[in-house]
Amino acid sequence: MIKIEVLGTGCAKCNKLEELARKASDDMGIEYELLKVKDVSKIMEYGVMVTPALVVNGEVKAAGKIPSIEEIKKMIGGR
Amino acid sequence: MAECACNNGIKLIYSCSGNADVGEIADRAARVLRKEGFGQGSCIAGVGAGLQGYIQSAMGADVNITVDGCPVGCARKILENIGVTPVSYIVTEMGFKKGGTPVSPEVIEAVCENIRKDKTEKSEVQKFTAAGGGCGCGGNC
Repeated sequence: MIKIEVLGTGCAKCNKLEELARKASDDMGIEYELLKVKDVSKIMEYGVMVTPALVVNGEVKAAGKIPSIEEIKKMIGGR
Repeated sequence: MAECACNNGIKLIYSCSGNADVGEIADRAARVLRKEGFGQGSCIAGVGAGLQGYIQSAMGADVNITVDGCPVGCARKILENIGVTPVSYIVTEMGFKKGGTPVSPEVIEAVCENIRKDKTEKSEVQKFTAAGGGCGCGGNC
């Protein structure tokens, strides 16, 4: 089970990143859980200063931008 | 406070926070600038420690600004080590001497004013970038 977290306060970019992360995960056919983290104190526990951010299995993979779906797949795949 | 990238032109500010007087001045100036909204504060120690949250935030910000006390430029170099070129300000290049400058409100304000109005010698592109314009390359593209 891969844990994917989208950090952000619920803006348009956060929603877009969530959509792409979900699509990338579905395309890869992996078992995953996707959580939206809106709590700013939890976001900052990751050291993230710019949202949206993508966290995979506890590791921050991107912040302040929306990666392409192919980039997200690589981030989820650990490559 | 984490800032949403929907707000264009996100600027992150770092200071070296070094042990010398000019390092403390850099630290306090960066805090003043953060509090007044010139940019958003971030932690150079987090970047240097390799913490991905800080690293990815630096890479995702539109502009990264470093305030170093002296020309050693530790904050600038930490960002350069991760491939990010900041807009760099150095306290000693503003007429203050390392080891001979009081950490006073007047000096801190003078440093802040130098950064706000960018009285340092930078190219027009770098000044434009520091003001929040441009592509975020720090004036190096």
